[in-house]
Amino acid sequence: MCFPRSASDAAAAVRAARVHGVPYVARGSGTGLAGGATPLDDALVIVTTQMNRVLEVDIDERIAIVEPGVLNLDLSRHTRPQGLHYAPDPSSQQACSIGGNVGTNAGGPHCLSSGVTSAHVLMVEAVLPTGDIAELGSLAPDTPGYDLRGAFVGSEGTMGICTKVAVRLMPNPPLVRTMLLDFMSVEAAGATVSAMIAAGVVPAALEMMDAEITRAVEDFVGAGYPRDAAAVLLCEIDGLIEGVDYQVSEVRRIAQSHGARSVRIAQTEAERQLLWKGRKSAFGAIARIAPDYYLHDAVVPRTKLVQVLESVYAIARAEQLTMMNVFHAGDGNLHPLIVFDSREPGIWERVHEAGSRILHTCIDAGGVLSGEHGVGMEKRDLMPLQFSSDDLAAQGRLVDAFDPDGLANPRKVLPHGWRCGEVQQRGGTIPDDTWI
Amino acid sequence: MDLMDLHDVAAIVRGAVEDAKVGVVPIGAGTHREVANPVADGCDEIRIPNGIVSYDPNDMTITAFAGTPIAELNRVLCGHRQEVSLDPRNDAATLGGVLACGLSGIRRLRLGPIRDTVLEVRLIDGRGTLVKGGGPVVKNVTGYDLPRLVVGSFGTLGVILQATLRCRPAPAQQQWFCSSETPSYLRRKLFRPSAVLWDGTSTSVLLEGYSDDIASESKSADLDGMLSSPPLFPNGANRGRISVDPRRLAALTQRLGGLDGVRFVAEFGVGTVHIAADEDLAFVAARAAAVAEGGWMLRECGGPPGFGGFGSNIANPALSERVRLAFDPLGKLSPGRMVDV
Repeated sequence: MCFPRSASDAAAAVRAARVHGVPYVARGSGTGLAGGATPLDDALVIVTTQMNRVLEVDIDERIAIVEPGVLNLDLSRHTRPQGLHYAPDPSSQQACSIGGNVGTNAGGPHCLSSGVTSAHVLMVEAVLPTGDIAELGSLAPDTPGYDLRGAFVGSEGTMGICTKVAVRLMPNPPLVRTMLLDFMSVEAAGATVSAMIAAGVVPAALEMMDAEITRAVEDFVGAGYPRDAAAVLLCEIDGLIEGVDYQVSEVRRIAQSHGARSVRIAQTEAERQLLWKGRKSAFGAIARIAPDYYLHDAVVPRTKLVQVLESVYAIARAEQLTMMNVFHAGDGNLHPLIVFDSREPGIWERVHEAGSRILHTCIDAGGVLSGEHGVGMEKRDLMPLQFSSDDLAAQGRLVDAFDPDGLANPRKVLPHGWRCGEVQQRGGTIPDDTWI
Repeated sequence: MDLMDLHDVAAIVRGAVEDAKVGVVPIGAGTHREVANPVADGCDEIRIPNGIVSYDPNDMTITAFAGTPIAELNRVLCGHRQEVSLDPRNDAATLGGVLACGLSGIRRLRLGPIRDTVLEVRLIDGRGTLVKGGGPVVKNVTGYDLPRLVVGSFGTLGVILQATLRCRPAPAQQQWFCSSETPSYLRRKLFRPSAVLWDGTSTSVLLEGYSDDIASESKSADLDGMLSSPPLFPNGANRGRISVDPRRLAALTQRLGGLDGVRFVAEFGVGTVHIAADEDLAFVAARAAAVAEGGWMLRECGGPPGFGGFGSNIANPALSERVRLAFDPLGKLSPGRMVDV
């Protein structure tokens, strides 16, 4: 394990690993949920947490240049006095690093209106697997040549190690309205989401929580959620006053026409923060129900939300598992959450079986395997569900172009057999006591 | 006429790639034909069909064949008060041409670059293989991001057959204003304008949204001169597009303002400058000004003999070449288009 303090330190580590034919893995805060930063086969772990300086903020041009170890929320805190923020806001934003966000192309609730990480990254400085330090992308809007920046973002450390990032900052909106919509069925909440999108209302964020998670969260943080709701929607509209007022009234009208019991609009900033605290504490609240959980991440077309949710609940019932849903409804990004006690004999098999069936259901509905967590190890072997052999071969050749030796975070993203430079003799073993 | 099946289109293009002696070049409306460099002599031209493959307004995604004119996309979307943020200079341009050239539209300041619009692409690579990248939903990080890589690759990584795009609600209202204030002042005053342009003498601003919001925003920034039509792009025998760090845009426009015969429109907050010149010398001087400010200029059309399309070294040439070879090992796809000679 090593902790570089500069790009040249990281390059030296990569070159040393190359000389000895040792695989290496870039790691930020380690909050990833797909095992992308888990070291396999005694890989050298190159941890970027020591590179944690905000190097430059240009208020007028709304650009920040940061080292990869800067924490996501710290960047927004840093720029708040200037009226700016960094838009992608994963649930782990207090702990996850910008470098890790670049690795996974991370999302978050507010990516509904403003896009995931790639839409906010202008330039990445990276140590390529060849040991060279390169700038991919630029502060200029276009770079002569291919969008290598676009290929690198979301490559989960398989194309090199990010050592510096230039990101776009967004102006804080003049007006924000956060609403809590309370429903007596999951179907009504899901249908409300589809109807909002169909009506051309694109909120800044649109989150859904079902009955069990709503109760768990309410017991945990007391955010003022209705404990007897079958589902709630947390909807945030921002912008200028007329646009906000119009969209708030549209949301209210659509929700009520779908049987919403109540539509509550946060009246103060404190109330608004509390509503969000509930949503962002959802995963912590689960500890009150069971010691373990498995969180999934898949996306379906927004018109299929209700249908897919019904199937997902049916799968949980069939496997006799406790399932909760707390997710980014506005972009169809489901996060089915299976809670369990791993001490129960045979439980893991059922959890995995349910997970696999859920992902198949999402793909069959025209969806994709991951909306924001990435593929890592978790979904690597499921990639053929979404991609043909020819698609995977093309992706394999693209990674090979970056990493001819196959030492940069091998055995991640693509299933075995699609890389030329694969480290063939190793078995992909996970070290003992690794926290994945 | 019934739409062709994607696999039938793929078979035709695969055949063309396999049979080509020099290479293949997809031809759409020809509006971007001169952008960057000409392809090698003797390339076979291929046309990709047009047509909307699927459009689900309730999901705000649209899938179309690469030969579909942007005007046709706009017409279909307009019926549901939606749009895609491609905004080519000439809407006869086809979807494939716009994506391959990667020229973002005039509203990039608010809507982002066109690469952020593409959700999924299907292309034929240099081996003749049908490859899909991305996925048909609005949020997706599964696998490597081929769609972004393909945008702006000038057909050298694959012949684009079909793409799925993210739609957005069309703005309730659009209004262009002119102003004597500086672009920097207006950017500080306005919340997310769609464009702030400067042509060396006056500023033009595009505001989009609800009418009361446009009225209050324009009042707060003293925008009183409404324009009845969008400001014109500079035109001439030679046209180019400069890309520069937006922090150096003011310095660059000052340089450009001092050059005789150079007309320009600069996108503040973005760093794109649209250039036109009748005389070759002026055109060459504009590129030199871009380079002096750390930027570069893409040729859109014209230029004296030997005037390269990029005029600037391709970034990360060794890596870029390996990427190109990964998709097109025999060099059959639009050969020469990205190479300055």
